[in-house]
Amino acid sequence: MDNFTVEATELTRLYGGREAVSNVSFNLSKGEVLGFLGPNGAGKSTTMKMLTGNLAPSNGSVKICGIDMIDNPKEAKALIGYLPEMRPLYKELTVDEYLDVAARLHRVSPKNIKKAIEVAKERCGLGHMSKRLIENLSNGYQQRVGIAQAIIHNPMVIILDEPTVGLDPIQIRDIRALIRELGQEHSVIISTHILPEVEMVCDRVQIIDKGKLVFNGSIDVLKRQRIGNKLLIGLRNPPQADALLKVAGVTEAEVLPSGLVRVRFADDADPAESIVQAAVANQWGLYQIAPDQTSLEDVFVQLTYQDQSIPHQPTGQ
Amino acid sequence: MIINVARKELKSVFASPMGWVILSLLMFAFGTHYLNGINDYFAVMSGAMRPAERTGVTQFVGQTVYGLASFIMLFAVPLLSMRLVSEERRSQTMPFLISAPISLTEIVVGKFLGLVGFLTILIVYIALMLSTLNIWADIDFGYIIANSIGLWLLVASFSAMGLYFSSLTQQPVVAGILTFVALFALMILDRFFAGDPSNTMASLSLMRHFQSFSGGLIDSGDIAYFALFIVTFLTLTVRRLDADRLRG
Repeated sequence: MDNFTVEATELTRLYGGREAVSNVSFNLSKGEVLGFLGPNGAGKSTTMKMLTGNLAPSNGSVKICGIDMIDNPKEAKALIGYLPEMRPLYKELTVDEYLDVAARLHRVSPKNIKKAIEVAKERCGLGHMSKRLIENLSNGYQQRVGIAQAIIHNPMVIILDEPTVGLDPIQIRDIRALIRELGQEHSVIISTHILPEVEMVCDRVQIIDKGKLVFNGSIDVLKRQRIGNKLLIGLRNPPQADALLKVAGVTEAEVLPSGLVRVRFADDADPAESIVQAAVANQWGLYQIAPDQTSLEDVFVQLTYQDQSIPHQPTGQ
Repeated sequence: MIINVARKELKSVFASPMGWVILSLLMFAFGTHYLNGINDYFAVMSGAMRPAERTGVTQFVGQTVYGLASFIMLFAVPLLSMRLVSEERRSQTMPFLISAPISLTEIVVGKFLGLVGFLTILIVYIALMLSTLNIWADIDFGYIIANSIGLWLLVASFSAMGLYFSSLTQQPVVAGILTFVALFALMILDRFFAGDPSNTMASLSLMRHFQSFSGGLIDSGDIAYFALFIVTFLTLTVRRLDADRLRG
């Protein structure tokens, strides 16, 4: 119980009667990276604002390491590093000056400020930018300053709202590596709508849609759902579906409109080899065989648009 | 913690040339007036025959300089205060302060002190400038101290009001104009009630309460007025910012 760094209980936020976030509850333990996924306007940023005390929840509570955000905001905020969606940078200051302000405001003791700034800059790859005005930095470097600001006081919980937006692929890779690294010793919450990113950096995923949590679980569950027990086979002379079902382990065969055949198999079986052998023996003209991955996008769409989606692709398992 | 917010504000003012330009321009204006005041003093006093017409050099020059200072601050403070909160709103930097472990009151008081700290530099400079008269004459330091305190309370009140108007909008210019109009109205309020000095409305005028200081009188009633004025507007600002958090 006490190991949770973030406890959100029944968070609800009303905007003029409309629920932007309703009844969102979750816990986060130390050393976990939580990915917050959802379409635009789903309530990701609103939830994050409530977690960081920028917005008062209409109902529910937030506890950071057991400290209530509403009763004891100063103590709770001291444990959080937050990078909002819009980077809160004072562009007229230099990187060093800005980080100095951030460190002071976050109660870094005066004698440790220099060191804290150095560490934050080093982690975010800002070493050679110290004396530059933030205004003159490129978008990617500004984003790094934003992250440096969030980690300067070595907080227990780091909350980053869309940290990789607007970065080039190399910077994105660096930032992801940084998030992974931070996730070792801190709890990290990131929001994004880039799905592969979640798979790369997060341990746990929450999908939020129209203010409600529609999925909350380990990334492995999502991956399994995505990969499933499916093979996609291309045959020049496809046999009847029954013939495929005779191959050991195959439970279902379905001819897709593209001419490929999707084969499902039991959890413990791996019929790929038997299918190849059968294809050779029966001269089906095999030209392609590959695991069939439902794209993460599809899983996402299925979860967020469950009510209106037509099940053109049955989910795995 | 308040001090860190104030430091940040001061840093921002001096990070751009604006802070320096305003300081130098204002000091140029005060300096010129100071010089004119001394020249006029000799011109006027050489013509003043009867002892009753004679005034001290401190009062004569001080009146010119402090009169101008209170008038110029009416323009300078809205210019400086307008961006305090509105700029943060516009560039979305408010979450930076709110997510930090400081209360809204500390943020508001810190911003207020940052601006007042900047203006205090001017007030100290003016006092030092007038004190240089002491090299040639035996001047009335009490008069300078009373005026400095009065001017300080006046600009602090201006700043508190400017801070409040700045918290109402995202547009610094709108905040600046609103502050100026409101301050101007408060300054000249007592003119409208010149015929009836005991009127309650007239005693709301900022200028009226500054007058006793400019005469060299430190009146606790006037200090209380300015203190209340400042506290009221700072409280309103805190409440305004808190409404953001509650209503979003």
